[in-house]
Amino acid sequence: MAMTGLIVVLLLFAVSLMAPFLTPYDPSAINAWDVLQAPSWKHWFGTDELGRDVLTRVLFGARISLKVGFVAVGIAVLLGTLVGLVAGYYGGWVDSLLMRCVDIMLCFPSFFLILAVIAFLNPSIWIIMAVIGLTGWMGVARLVRAEVLAIREMDYIMAARCIGCSDLRIILRHILPNALSPVLVAATLGVAGAILTESALSFLGIGVQPPTPSWGNILTSGKDYIEFAWWLSLFPGKAILITVLAYNLLGEGIRDALDPRTMK
Amino acid sequence: MLVPLMLGITLITFTVIHLAPGEPVDMQMAMNPKVGKEARERLTKFYGLDKPLHEQYFTWLGKLARLDLGRSFSSDNRPVLDKIKERLPITLSLNLVALIIEFGLAIPIGVLAAVRRDTILDKGITVVVFLGFAVPTFWLALLLMYFFGVKLNCLPISGLHTLGYESYSWLGRLWDLTKHLVLPICVASFGSFAGVSRYMRSAMLQVIGQDYITTARAKGLSERVVIWKHALRNALLPLITLLGFSIPGLIGGSVIFETIFAIPGMGQLFYQGVMSRDYPVVMGILVIGAFLTLLGNLIADISYALADPRIRQQ
Repeated sequence: MAMTGLIVVLLLFAVSLMAPFLTPYDPSAINAWDVLQAPSWKHWFGTDELGRDVLTRVLFGARISLKVGFVAVGIAVLLGTLVGLVAGYYGGWVDSLLMRCVDIMLCFPSFFLILAVIAFLNPSIWIIMAVIGLTGWMGVARLVRAEVLAIREMDYIMAARCIGCSDLRIILRHILPNALSPVLVAATLGVAGAILTESALSFLGIGVQPPTPSWGNILTSGKDYIEFAWWLSLFPGKAILITVLAYNLLGEGIRDALDPRTMK
Repeated sequence: MLVPLMLGITLITFTVIHLAPGEPVDMQMAMNPKVGKEARERLTKFYGLDKPLHEQYFTWLGKLARLDLGRSFSSDNRPVLDKIKERLPITLSLNLVALIIEFGLAIPIGVLAAVRRDTILDKGITVVVFLGFAVPTFWLALLLMYFFGVKLNCLPISGLHTLGYESYSWLGRLWDLTKHLVLPICVASFGSFAGVSRYMRSAMLQVIGQDYITTARAKGLSERVVIWKHALRNALLPLITLLGFSIPGLIGGSVIFETIFAIPGMGQLFYQGVMSRDYPVVMGILVIGAFLTLLGNLIADISYALADPRIRQQ
C-alpha cells in the first residue's frame, strides 16, 4: 500500500514537472468554439466554460497543489519543530508559555482563521501557503516536545553535557535527529491536509485566483455548470482524491516502517 | 486556566485585524468603493484607530466583555451579535445532528473492524476509511448535488425551505425541512467520520489486548458481552477527547457546506463577511468560534472526569 502511495507521489511530481510537454494545449487559452465540450478523444477530460482543455488545467493544477502542499508544510514543520525543541528542552516557564500558545491556536477553527487572515490580505499563492503553514504548526510542536521530553533524560544527553557540549549543540546534534521520525510522518500527512485546504479555499474563490488553474478553482466552475457539465466536477475532484490518498498511504507506510511496535 | 486562554484568543483575533497593510479603513475603502465617508468614520471610531495599539486593544476588549461586537458594514447595519444569534442555532443544531450520526455510525464500524481484525471486512473498512480521509468535502457535496439533485431530481440542493412552504401543514413543513437537510447533514457528518472510526478501531484493538478482557472471556462470558460491554466502554474513553477536538473542525467545515447548500447559518455569514470584508462580522465570528471551541474542550474534560473514575479520584 505504502509503495503504491510512493509511486503515485513520484508520478505526480513527474506529471507536474512535465505538464507543458504532456499536452498540446495552453492551460489558459480561451477557445470560443469548444465551450463545455464533453470528454472526447480530442479533449480527454472535456472543456470548461471558456473552451479551455480540462486535462491541461488539471495537469497544471498539480503544480500549484504540490507547491502549496510542500511550502505550507515546510513552514509548519520548521516552526513546529523549533517551538517543540525549545519548549521540551528548556521546560519550566518557557515550556508553559509556548504550550499555552499552542492551546490558544488550537482553539481557532483553523479554516476560520485562514479565511479571516486572507480576508484582510489580498489572496496570492504565497500568502495562502504562509497562512496554511502558520495555522498548522501546533501538532508538530506537540509531537516534537513529547519526543524531546523523553530524549532529554537519556544517558547520552547526560554524557554530551558532561563533555561540555553547548545547549545548541546538544539540541541540534543529539536531540533533533532522534526526534525527527514522528515529524516525517506528520509532514507527509500534512502535505495531504494542506492540499485539501488549498483546494477548499480556491473552491470558495479565496485561494488561487483564476486564470491560474488549481484543482479547487476548476471545481468552482464545476459547481456553476453542474447541471450541464459533470466532467468539470468529476476530474479535478478525482485528482485531489488520488493525491491526498497517495500522501496518506505514504505517511502511514512511513509510520509503520519507523515504529518497531507495528512491525510484523 | 480559562482566562489566559480567552485573553490569548482575543489577542490573536486583534492581531489578525491589524495584519492588513496600512489602516484597515483605507483597505476597506480601496476594496469596496461603495463604502462612504460615514462608514469610514464609523470604522475609525469603532476600532479607535487614532489611539495607540495597546489602548485600542483594551477598548475593544472592554466592548467584547459587554458583548458589544459592533455593527455590520452591510446595508442592514445591524449589530453583529444579533446577526450571529439568529444564525448560530442553525449551525449548532445541524452540527449536533451530524455529530450524532457520525459517531453513531463510526463507533460500531470501528469496533467491527477491530473485532474482525485482518479479515476481508476489516480490509474493506480500511479502504473505505482511507478514501474517506482523502475526499474533499466540497467535492462530495458537488457529487451528491449532481446525483440526487440533478440526475435523480429527488432532493433539493439549496436553502432550508421550498418557496412558499408557509402554506404547508406542519407535517409538510417538517418533511420539506428534512428533505433539504439530508444532503448537508450527509456532507457534514462525513467530514470526520473516517477519522473517528479509525480511532475507534485502534482504541478497541488496544483494549482487546488487555488482561481484563482475557479474564472476562475466561469467566465464560459471551463474546457479545465481552466486546460490547467490557471492551467498548473502556475504548470509548479516549473518544470523549476526540469529540472535544473535532469541534473546531466541525465549525470550520460549516463554512464549506453552508456556502455550497446556501444554508443561512454562521458559516455562510462568515463567508459573506469575508467576501464583502465586513470586519466586525469576521472578528465577531472568529472570537465566538474560538470561545465555542474552548467551551467544547472544557465540557469534554469534565465529561472525561465523569466517565473515568480513575481521573475523578485524583
